[in-house]
Parts: sequence; structure tokens; C-alpha cells
Amino acid sequence: MRAGIVLALLALCMAASMLAGSIIGPYQIPPGDVMKALFARFTGAPAAAPIDTILFQIRLPRVLAAALVGGALAAAGASYQTLFRNPLVSPDILGVSAGAGLGAVLGILLSLPVIAIQGLGFVTSLVTVVIVYALARALRSQNEVLVLVLAGIVVGALAGAGISLVKILSDPYNQLPAITFWLLGSLSGIKVSDVWNVAPLVVAGLVPLVLLRWRIGVLSLGDDEARALGVNVLFIRGIVIAAATLVTAAAVSVSGVVGWVGLMIPHMVRPLVGPRYDRVLPAAILMGAAFLVLVDTLARSAARIEIPLGLLTALIGAPIFVWLLARGRRVWS
Amino acid sequence: MIEARGLAIGYGMTQVATGIDLAVVPGEILCLLGPNGAGKTTLFKTLLGLIPALKGTVSMGGKPVDELSRAALARSVAYVPQGQVMEFAYTVLDLVLMGRTAHLGPFAAPGAADHDRARYALDSLGILDLSEREANRISGGQRQLCLIARAIAQDAPMMVMDEPTASLDLGNRFLVLDRIQALRDRGFGVVFSTHDPDQARELATRIAIIADGRLAAYGTPDETLTAATLSEVYGVPVALERTNTGRTVIAPVRPASY
Repeated sequence: MRAGIVLALLALCMAASMLAGSIIGPYQIPPGDVMKALFARFTGAPAAAPIDTILFQIRLPRVLAAALVGGALAAAGASYQTLFRNPLVSPDILGVSAGAGLGAVLGILLSLPVIAIQGLGFVTSLVTVVIVYALARALRSQNEVLVLVLAGIVVGALAGAGISLVKILSDPYNQLPAITFWLLGSLSGIKVSDVWNVAPLVVAGLVPLVLLRWRIGVLSLGDDEARALGVNVLFIRGIVIAAATLVTAAAVSVSGVVGWVGLMIPHMVRPLVGPRYDRVLPAAILMGAAFLVLVDTLARSAARIEIPLGLLTALIGAPIFVWLLARGRRVWS
Repeated sequence: MIEARGLAIGYGMTQVATGIDLAVVPGEILCLLGPNGAGKTTLFKTLLGLIPALKGTVSMGGKPVDELSRAALARSVAYVPQGQVMEFAYTVLDLVLMGRTAHLGPFAAPGAADHDRARYALDSLGILDLSEREANRISGGQRQLCLIARAIAQDAPMMVMDEPTASLDLGNRFLVLDRIQALRDRGFGVVFSTHDPDQARELATRIAIIADGRLAAYGTPDETLTAATLSEVYGVPVALERTNTGRTVIAPVRPASY
């Protein structure tokens, strides 16, 4: 009951943030005009020229991309945290983002088409998460949380070294600026076609997570207990890893490396809806989307130049996370 | 009914114990005793189908365990682990609801009927008032009862409990044992492991002792819990003594060389 109300409020927040993202910019569009333009699109009526172009060619693609990336990263973070029974993991910490980044910059270096860049990013991030997990298992420490985080940092650092190598090998006039800017995380220059490329992948990854939400939540009890409760652990775990990694890679392929969202958002929704994954997942998707739309709006309108998105999420995420930690373990346990 | 025949248990290449034949039927308690490391947990995992048998068979209601699906197995036998502190702050009700998993469709979450079942399970153990409490923040005995409630909500006729009274204080131990007895009276078949032979004598219909890689004894308490068997199994001389109230208890015999 309470979780339902929270979800409805979060959906409202997301809608409001997307409206704000459509209004705010160098060319202010009044909310009424946004509605009119949207209405005109749906009914096929003739639209007011500059508003229609700005809204549908520039602003809405960007707002939608921000919502997709934010929702995807938050969902991936919530899923990894539940799967690895570890509240401190996220796509960044597990090295998945760096892995996806390595694949994507390789794609840029080789001047591959967008779809191939995404594919490469997915493969490298999947390889990363499998290596991290295998490494953590092989080390068999008493402190699983620590070992998993450390394995993620080690493998993420290796992927980072690979990214540096790609930067050295790239063309300093054409490719290097693109790679550098992209690594800082940014949604500038998003086109309608980018949204169409990413949306199906994000949806394809989120659907199995949402459908299997209850069984995924049971996995947080550990393998033996989950199996004794009737869950096919190997199958569900494989699906969660593939789906969470797919949405991360898809997000990274369009936005570059945007950190903190996957770690922070699930922690922000747990005090609202409780620790159950079947509630955390939808709440995290909605809050992640709202959060990144707002941050991206800030990134493109707060200063004369565009602030890289990854820089802002770090600036906002780090202090919020410290605050969450300071509130004590109570946040997750 | 759980039945093990000619069972050898272990992990991969390493055999822990062999030659195990035993059966648990509804309305009975089977107590599993044995020194640390003898293979009690390994035997439980094998009975639950969590690890494969090295030799022999485990059957559940007449069907071999390895032919049953995870969900079918979970509807036949419930596992009650030792209640440990968890990573996530689940409420007692959340945890008990997870017992319903095997009865849900693959894409479903628990509905109103499952909530009713969970509340009934909590109520039958007298801990319905704990529903909304955080499972990490109740006493060890209450957490153990919460996990037993989850097993009841699982609607399986058999329950396997891994040292349900370990690390509980005296009051909580009696509380949990009392509820296990009540489960037996309600027709559940219960297997539980313990390090306390007196506890086993008090509750068990039958007792199995594993030691030295084999089933050292299997039978009624009077047949199995003899001074000779216990001394041999635990490697310390023990004697049986009768208390003023007529109960038989185990007392260590301190050898002169101690």
C-alpha cells in the first residue's frame, strides 16, 4: 500500500523532471507551449516552427536519453546489489562501466557504427563482470563484500589502462577529443536516432528484471536458501547478470561513463520502499530517471559551457553517499 | 517422507560419510547427532538436493530427488537454516513471504492469499506481532521462529532444520524446541541436527548419529544414546545418570589423566 503510493509519487517526480527538462534551456519554452507542441504532434496539427524543432530534435531526445540512462544505471545497481548480496556494489564499482567504456572507446577508435559500439561495449562489460565474480569466488575470503569490491576495482583499473592505451593510439585531432569528452559522461549532441538505438536495449534488459523481480529478490538470501525455496539459482542469476550488464552497456554507449547513479539511487529508495527487490527495482528506475534528467538539465543550463554529466553526478553523488553511510548501516541492513 | 538408501555424501571427489540409510516420515522427529565436521550439514544439503549424492539415492515421497524440479522439491521439503544477520533489512513478514516462492508463477509476486498464509504461519508460532519488525533486530530465538514460520508458509510436509537451537540462550532454546514438538504434533516430519544428546532424547522419535565417515547409530533414543556409543562418537567418556524426576541425562566422566 505504502510502496504503491511512493511509486506513484516517484512517477510524478519523473514526469515533472522531464517537463522541467523540456522547458529549461537557452531557449525557454513555457510549459503551456510544451503541452501544445506535444498535443500537435499527436493530433498531426501544424506546429509552431522553432518550438517544434527545438523540442523534438534537441530537447526531448536528450530528456528521454537521460531518463533511459538514469533508469538503466539505477536498475543495474539495484540488481547487482541484490544478486551479490552486497549493498556496496554498482556498475562502476564492479568495473562493468569501465569494461563497457573500454569496448566503446575501442569502437570509436575503429570508427565502428553505433550499433557495433554498443555490441562491443556489452561484450567487454559482460567479460568484466564475469572476471570480477570469478576472481572474488576464487579468492574465497571471509569478507565477501570487500573481496568483490576489490576485485571490481582491480579489473576496473585494468579496463582503465586499456582505455588509456586506446587514447594513445587514437587520432589526436578527431578521435581523442570525442573519446575524452565521452569518458567524462555527456548527453550533448544526442540525436533522435540515438534514443531509438538505446531504448530497445534498455527495455529488453529491464523487462526480464521486472518480470522475475520476486525470484531475484529471493536470491539475496544466498544460493542454498534460495534453491531450497524453489528458485533455479543458476538460471535466474545468469539472466540477472546478462540483463543488468546489457542495460549498463546500452546506457554507457550513449552517455559515456556516468558514475554514482547505480550505487546511490538504490540506497535512496530503500528508506522509502524497504529492502525488497520487487519494490526497490521499479522505484529505482523511476528515481534514477528523474535524477539524471534533472542533473542533465543542470549540466546544460547552469553555466555558459556544458558541464560534463559524470562530473556533476560525482559532485552530487559523493556527498549524498557519505551522508547515507553516516546514517549508519541501517540504510541497508 | 524422506528416504536415504545406501547414501554416500561429500563434495566432488571428497567423501565425507558413506553407508547412510534412514527415513523420516510425517509426524516424526529425526534427530541428527555427530561431532563437529562429521558431515551433518553435508547430509542435510544432500537430503535437500542442494548437492548430489556420491552414491545411493535420496527420495522424496517415493521419487528420486534429482528427478524433481527445484519448485517441486521446495513444495515437499522446507529448509530452516541457522538464523544469521542478513545484508538487507527485511521485515519478518517479508522473509516469511519468501516461503511462498515455490507456489508462485515464474513472473508473480505474492498476492493476498500468500499474505494470509504467511500471517497464519506467524500466528501459529505465536509471533504474529513481530510481522513488521526488522528480522535483524529481533532476538536469535525469535529469528529462528521466523525462519520456521517461513518453512510453514512453504506448505511442505517435511522440514530440515540446521541446529535450530545453536547459539540460543536457555529460554529461547526451550521455546524453539517446544514449537518443534508442536510441529510434529501437527503432522510435520522434522529432521534437525543438534549437539545436545539430552535434547535429542527428549524430542526425537528416532536418532541418527554420524561419526567417522559412517552412520554410527540409527534407531530409537534408547537404542542409540547409550553410554558406550556416545563415548565412542565424541571421544570422551560419558555416563548416563538418572535425575530425581526420572529423566535420563548424560554426564561426562572425568578421567584421572585430565
